[in-house]
Amino acid sequence: MNRLTWALADGWTVTRREVTHWTANPGQLVAGLLFPVMVLLLFAYLLGGGIEVPGGDYREFLLPGMFAMTMIFGLEGTFTAISTDVTKGVTDRFRSLPMASSAVVSGRAAADMLTTVLALAVLLASGLAVGWRAHNGLGGALAAVGLLLWLRFALLWMGIWLGLKIRNPEAVMALQILVWPIAFLSNAITSPATMPGWLGVIADWNPLSSTAAATRELFGNPGWANDTWAAAHALELSLAWPLVITAIFAPLSVRAYRNLSR
Amino acid sequence: MLYGTLYGMTYTIEARGLVKRYGDRAALDGFDLTVPRGTVHGLLGPNGAGKTTAVRVLTTLLRADAGSARVAGFDVARDGGEVRRHIGLVGQHAALDEALSGRANLEMFGRLSHLRPKAAGRRAGELLDRFGLADTGRKAVKHYSGGMRRRLDLAAGLILSPPVLFLDEPTTGLDPRGRAEVWAAVRALVADGTTVLLTTQYLEEADQLAHRISVVHEGRPVAEGTPEELKKTVGGDRVEIVVHDPADLPAVAALLGPGAETDHDTRRVSAPAPDRMATLTAVVHDLAAGGIAADDVAIRRPTLDEVFLHLTRSAAPRSHA
Ligand SMILES: Nc1ncnc2c1ncn2[C@@H]1O[C@H](COP(=O)(O)OP(=O)(O)O)[C@@H](O)[C@H]1O
Ligand SMILES: [Mg+2]
Repeated sequence: MNRLTWALADGWTVTRREVTHWTANPGQLVAGLLFPVMVLLLFAYLLGGGIEVPGGDYREFLLPGMFAMTMIFGLEGTFTAISTDVTKGVTDRFRSLPMASSAVVSGRAAADMLTTVLALAVLLASGLAVGWRAHNGLGGALAAVGLLLWLRFALLWMGIWLGLKIRNPEAVMALQILVWPIAFLSNAITSPATMPGWLGVIADWNPLSSTAAATRELFGNPGWANDTWAAAHALELSLAWPLVITAIFAPLSVRAYRNLSR
Repeated sequence: MLYGTLYGMTYTIEARGLVKRYGDRAALDGFDLTVPRGTVHGLLGPNGAGKTTAVRVLTTLLRADAGSARVAGFDVARDGGEVRRHIGLVGQHAALDEALSGRANLEMFGRLSHLRPKAAGRRAGELLDRFGLADTGRKAVKHYSGGMRRRLDLAAGLILSPPVLFLDEPTTGLDPRGRAEVWAAVRALVADGTTVLLTTQYLEEADQLAHRISVVHEGRPVAEGTPEELKKTVGGDRVEIVVHDPADLPAVAALLGPGAETDHDTRRVSAPAPDRMATLTAVVHDLAAGGIAADDVAIRRPTLDEVFLHLTRSAAPRSHA
């Protein structure tokens, strides 16, 4: 086998490790998949009644927000997996083996994308169960799913970089908490227009908002009024933001990985 | 030819003047090492001496700031891939996937060492048998005891039957039984011809396992030799007498001659015993003749502890460049 096939084979071995985790510990997988469903039910049934959406049902509006939010929550999974391997010395063992060094990252990336697809499938099914519908046909729905995965792919690099950089448990905890305001400071749950001025601006420009708004468009679900530039250009931004994030964090991750030998 | 040679001898590990700085501290400060093929070499030193750093440089995990090293005949900086094909590394902390079973861990590392799936499975089975983990091979590693983890970790370092094995403090944190298990495993490896570089803080461990020892202090070896040679550096064997009555101490000291050292607290007098048994016999005879009651008379070899204290105390203070 040549270098490329070994790189693919090694990447697949690292990915399969994650799949083995699922079968070895199905409870953890189920809990991970049900968490977004729980948040969904919380908002759909407990809080959703109090939120008015122009020209539509709150659940129709909520689901794309939940999809996008799930992409953000995935960040923690990537981060935790990478930093655990580094602190446990598993990364060093990988690095002492004659395997392709790219496989550590590519295998992780594939595993996390697989987890994301699974989580998204569960959430889509739950959405359908609570009355959410995609109105623009299969093409629109697939494009929306593509946009969501594109955001997750970008956040993958952020997670890898953070996992390589942040080691101490307090910082890990801080990051786990920080994901929440980032997720909620967006248009996922409610309109940025209802937030105090500067918070609204941040929420408006949050990459999560762009993806959520673009996804709403593609699914044919109701959204907030497009009265800001960011809101009016959601589709463009939902393509551009992940590109920017990847352009920043992919090279940083590669460098952080190389710097393990410094 | 796979192995490098120096002065006509075959060395599997050769390091020359390795330097590794962290800020203004040098973790390695002119580190030299040669390990002949098929031997166990011990790096002995306290916490922070630079042992792990040396192992990380030699296993290509870390790039040195200066100096060079060859392992199994390949330069660690230029030919890292080849070095990795010839080594096994068992790091200071068990590097295992806690959620996977012992078998799954070995199979994964086997696949990543580029064994075919069948071969990786077979090798995992062999290693589990060999390290007494066959019964627990299907259990998740998080349920393993410290000794089992260490053995599995050792097994993971041996997947490719590497000609050179690095063991970084393989028994730190183990109970005596776990330690004995690891020692037995290392001895079996050496019988198979593997070259082993072992780091340890335990003098006894180096004494038990290593053919040669480098005493590492502040990033460089301050002494090197067989355990016996190192013990000689603090002087040869001594005869030791513990008297019953402290009043006899001066008489015994006089009897032993000019090299005698007296310790009043332990009622002990010791002196060089160059002729070992002859000296001992003479001393016992003289004590009886002088009517001196002794609680204990013995020939004692210096311990590595003494070597260690002697060397680290006398090592010249370093200048920070
Ligand atoms: N990544 C690092 N950053 C800063 N200092 C380090 C790093 N790794 C090791 N050191 C320092 O280098 C010295 C040698 O460390 P190490 O090789 O781990 O010693 P040993 O294994 O003998 O206990 C120590 O003073 C340690 O604090
Ligand atoms: Mg160490």
